[in-house]
Amino acid sequence: MSSPEQWTHPEPASAPAATAAKPTAEQVIAGLRATDQGDVNLVQLLTPEGERVQHPDFDIDITAEELRGLYRDMVLIRRVDREANALQRKGQLGIWVPLLGQEAAQIGAGRALRPDDMAFPSYREHGIAWTRGIHPTELLGIFRGTDMGTWDPVKHKFHPYTIVIGNQVLNAAGYAMGQKFDGQVGDSDSEATICFFGDGATSQGDVHEGFVWAAVYDAPLVFFCQNNQWAISEPTERQSRLPLYQRARGYGFPGIRVDGNDVLATLAVTRWALEECRQGNGPILIEAFTYRMDAHTTSDDPSRYRLSDELELWKLKDPIERVKVHLVKQQWADSAYFEEIEAESEALAVELREFCVNMPDPPPERIFANVYAEGNPVLEAQRDEFLGYVSGFAGGEH
Amino acid sequence: MAAPTLNRADSGSGESDVQTLTISKALNMGLRAAMEANPKVLMMGEDIGKLGGVFRITDGLQKDFGEQRVLDTPLAESGIIGTAVGLAIRGYRPVCEIQFDGFIFPGFDQIVSQVAKLHYRTQGRNKLPMVIRVPFGGGIGAVEHHSESPESYFAHTAGLKVVSCSNPTDAYWMIQQAIDCDDPVLFFEPKRRYYEKAPVDTTKAPGPLFASRVLRSAPSAGAATLVGYGPMIRVCLDAANAAAEDGTELEVIDLRTLSPLDLGPVYESVRRTGRLVVVSEAPSESSITSEIAAKVQQECFYSLQAPVLRVTGFDTPYPPSKLEEEFLPDLDRVLHAVDRSLAW
Ligand SMILES: Cc1ncc(C[n+]2csc(CCOP(=O)(O)OP(=O)(O)O)c2C)c(N)n1
Ligand SMILES: [Mg+2]
Repeated sequence: MSSPEQWTHPEPASAPAATAAKPTAEQVIAGLRATDQGDVNLVQLLTPEGERVQHPDFDIDITAEELRGLYRDMVLIRRVDREANALQRKGQLGIWVPLLGQEAAQIGAGRALRPDDMAFPSYREHGIAWTRGIHPTELLGIFRGTDMGTWDPVKHKFHPYTIVIGNQVLNAAGYAMGQKFDGQVGDSDSEATICFFGDGATSQGDVHEGFVWAAVYDAPLVFFCQNNQWAISEPTERQSRLPLYQRARGYGFPGIRVDGNDVLATLAVTRWALEECRQGNGPILIEAFTYRMDAHTTSDDPSRYRLSDELELWKLKDPIERVKVHLVKQQWADSAYFEEIEAESEALAVELREFCVNMPDPPPERIFANVYAEGNPVLEAQRDEFLGYVSGFAGGEH
Repeated sequence: MAAPTLNRADSGSGESDVQTLTISKALNMGLRAAMEANPKVLMMGEDIGKLGGVFRITDGLQKDFGEQRVLDTPLAESGIIGTAVGLAIRGYRPVCEIQFDGFIFPGFDQIVSQVAKLHYRTQGRNKLPMVIRVPFGGGIGAVEHHSESPESYFAHTAGLKVVSCSNPTDAYWMIQQAIDCDDPVLFFEPKRRYYEKAPVDTTKAPGPLFASRVLRSAPSAGAATLVGYGPMIRVCLDAANAAAEDGTELEVIDLRTLSPLDLGPVYESVRRTGRLVVVSEAPSESSITSEIAAKVQQECFYSLQAPVLRVTGFDTPYPPSKLEEEFLPDLDRVLHAVDRSLAW
């Protein structure tokens, strides 16, 4: 694999033709839009047509079994996503944040992690959660309003979902600094941290500060930006003149754009980046170029701000379809295999649905639980007074 | 150009124009009127252009006023507020939309350090005529950070003015008055009431911005005073209706302005009723409600028949939404406090 130095100064293939005069904003934006189809710096190993292509730096040996595993992950998590979306439509969830279209970016990145690595998600990372061994039912409470996520972030090394855009990036930088301070960096057995955020998030101060901190402390941190082209209704041009991966340069670390709809390329690039971080060459920014195929959330109406043509174009680059085509071409899977995965995904959907509709509402005392590690007598008095008031109702005294 | 009361249409016949509007539509029309009245008025925020904001409060404004007056900004609240400061000292009147209450905090530093203090630091040479609109409060079944009541932080900060509307008429007029104000105004919108409707007279402002208002009077003895603001006004009025059926008269006062507080009408009321219940969704510790309790006990000490009681959210983070009905003050909790006050 290549050394990170090679990636410190990736020149954009089509740098804005700016010599004497600065390009106009429109020219820059037009240039960026052109890169929507990908540019020469986009790392790709599996084309949308399912053709395996070579890459000079990021090739990967993949067995039939591994590729089937990635396929299964993506099919299952898509099914989970569609089921949760439907559960919201049926009123069983208050809201859902779809990952449709981002399966390869998430499964590729998630499967590059090792159990000791730490991951910091934003709120769309259901595929990463899956790869951290978190059952999708553990996500549901966030969206049903019964809890804030039930998984153990210490055990799974998967931080709680973070909704305030960009906050988790600094937290991840600090965690990675801790890995370094603990002497956990320096060889292939070392730990690394990965932090997920969106294209919109790249405007937040916290993200920029995270870049600075991680760089200054040589933190073993992979910044994983899923550029799904949209931050609710705002296209990526609202956040940046340049392709996002090129930002890394200004902070002094490598930035790479990978085809986020290509699970193999994402896996290869993320593995490489994690390995560099383990060796002490972090941080690294990965921009996974992908597309949010559904609404921002179930509360959103994308028809107000984007054309459906765009979606149609991206459907041709579907992250799952290309793997299926490749598996068939290679004769690595037959129709029986696909049916088996289909059946497994249906069973998972049923499990999710049944779990969801039977989730109990939390008891009122939960409001007051875990606010402090060491308790707070003022709050405890408030709790007791309120619970006394509530039990007055139960006893019908009121 | 601080105009305490506005009469946008009084060049006309003086006839009133009454329309039934939701709070959300009234805000939209108020913003539009302010933009029409003054070309220096700008809107800034996330998703406020094509989308019209996640609550559609700025619906159609970018289409009609262009991208230089309705800015879909990059995703950064410190950026929104900080650049609004620069625009304001350059002569603009920016109106910033914070998408949800819980997302104001990345902009907190700019608000507290610059927005609040520039006028003071420049001995009045820099005016900060900007409005920061914040949909606030719970009750909509949302995920974390979408249901908060952060108003006390801002009322605690010298240099900021803080208001909250509770009905369509105030939405329509208060937003325009806030934009006309030469001081920075935090404008808290009761998001769970956005779709409540009432008739709005769009020809005449019903009163000044920084004034509380008695919404329901209770002249007789044996009554109590209820004070609230924003989304809790509906709860207070419902409680007053319910209490009236049981023969108890409640006087309801909408604070409208949280900083500066306008407690004159509250003192006047408490001196008659001798009893006060203050209602707010925000946690109670070091809050607007504690401020009111402190001031009322000082000003109305000899009139009080019972301690000032407060019905508030708890001093916890906002809970998962399945628990918000327990967290939020409701009719029963308000009436329970009224009963306790009357029984004191
Ligand atoms: C600090 C903050 N401001 C605003 C929001 C509201 N909001 C939620 S998601 C979002 C867009 C995020 O876009 P991006 O970072 O591209 O992530 P994506 O949703 O596309 O995965 C916004 C503005 C928020 N959650 N936090
Ligand atoms: Mg995005």
